[in-house]
Amino acid sequence: MREIITHDAAETVRLGRALGQLAQAGDVILLDGDLGAGKTTMTKGIARGLGITGPVKSPTFTLIREYQDGRLPLYHMDVYRLENGGAEDLGLDEYFDGDGVSVVEWSEFITDLLPPTYVRIRIARTDSTDDTRRITITAHGGDYVRYEDVAFE
Amino acid sequence: MRELILAFESSCDETSVAVVENGTTILSNIIATQINSHKRFGGVVPEVASRHHVQQITRCTEEAMTQAGVTYADLTAVAVTYGPGLVGALLIGVTAAKTIAFAHHLPLIPVNHMAGHTYAASYVAPFQFPLLALLVSGGHTELVYMASRYDFQIIGDTRDDAVGEAYDKIGRVLGISYPAGKPVDELAHQGHDTFHFPRAMLEEDNLDFSFSGLKSAFINTVHHADQLGETLSKADLATSFQDAVLDILVGKTLRALKTHPVHQLVIAGGVAANQGLRARMHDALATLSDPPQLLIPPLRLCGDNAAMIGAAAHVAYAEGIRADWTLNADPSLSFPYSREALAAIK
Repeated sequence: MREIITHDAAETVRLGRALGQLAQAGDVILLDGDLGAGKTTMTKGIARGLGITGPVKSPTFTLIREYQDGRLPLYHMDVYRLENGGAEDLGLDEYFDGDGVSVVEWSEFITDLLPPTYVRIRIARTDSTDDTRRITITAHGGDYVRYEDVAFE
Repeated sequence: MRELILAFESSCDETSVAVVENGTTILSNIIATQINSHKRFGGVVPEVASRHHVQQITRCTEEAMTQAGVTYADLTAVAVTYGPGLVGALLIGVTAAKTIAFAHHLPLIPVNHMAGHTYAASYVAPFQFPLLALLVSGGHTELVYMASRYDFQIIGDTRDDAVGEAYDKIGRVLGISYPAGKPVDELAHQGHDTFHFPRAMLEEDNLDFSFSGLKSAFINTVHHADQLGETLSKADLATSFQDAVLDILVGKTLRALKTHPVHQLVIAGGVAANQGLRARMHDALATLSDPPQLLIPPLRLCGDNAAMIGAAAHVAYAEGIRADWTLNADPSLSFPYSREALAAIK
């Protein structure tokens, strides 16, 4: 486990970029945190780390947004709307087994569908300022320890 | 001659089939919403399930044909939304449309869902070009410029959340269930803008939107009050949120009208049902010396429906746009961005 404090959204993007640079084909990154915690902000950073330059918009409504213009494809998923089920029909395992990087927001709604190994990134508000975030990176599966070792000051 | 288009829409939660005559007359427009299926099946249907569309589409098609009083032999063409949307949901409409077109030897017209939303307003008055459309829904927040009848260009877009999504998310914080647009709109008419939330990007010299910061500011305000054991006025929170949203939407639209003078302004998509937005845009246009005509679809055509796809398909058909049997769903389908819009993103 690794804990990092970021002080504003720009710093969260910078951390995301560093994490994105570590990503390999087939990686699954779970992003947990409350509404407004900064999950899509973090994904913007990961996209930049993959060399994706265009806009990264919230996938809440479309559930999945795909970005193909980076060094690896990015599959940005948000299953917020599936709190009451329905994810079984989405074919998520095809993304998880694919050759891109899957970033999943609100993964607690699809616990049964997750692959056995992944890295979980929790983003939590702190009591100090509105923009400060405590970010916890936990590898589940040996391959993912490199995310905990991310070079970030 | 009578042109009859059978149109399909299944990009998200609604299954809809319509028969449209000459692009201007809705002979039928059957919409199966989740609410209906909850009633019919007496149980909870998952919000996003292709199965739901499969169950509904045949019945909707039969009802649309019967209500219109037409037979397959009367049809001129079949039209369908092929994107953007949920891939599994889109595929049901695409497959149904292809099947009927193939079986009855009819041309197949592929329609972009957002062209459909825009053309919903053509039922109010015939379009005159150039035209500007503000397309606002749960999944989209776009300013689209039309130089001619089937030329769509995105000149402004959201950088993060769609406006309807922002409503749903702050609605959740207020304890209002999905979809939250209408209740928040109603609540917003009962309070005052006491919180002065930020109007993100409003002063920036581009036509893009951002609602993520507003969402965070809203959540922070509620969060702080919770920590102090205070209870804030839900009406004032809703008014403050909606005032910020409307300032952004109206402000950016006025900016776009300066650089892109047009004959008509369309507001369409689910959020076009918002009473605050309708009133504010109306008032804002009244301050202009030479305002464009404001076209907003009636409420029943603001949400997803197939009649709007039929209206867009009428124009696409005249433009010679056809699909062959390889037509597939394109979940990420988008209008092209203007050069200025692309430069603003970078």
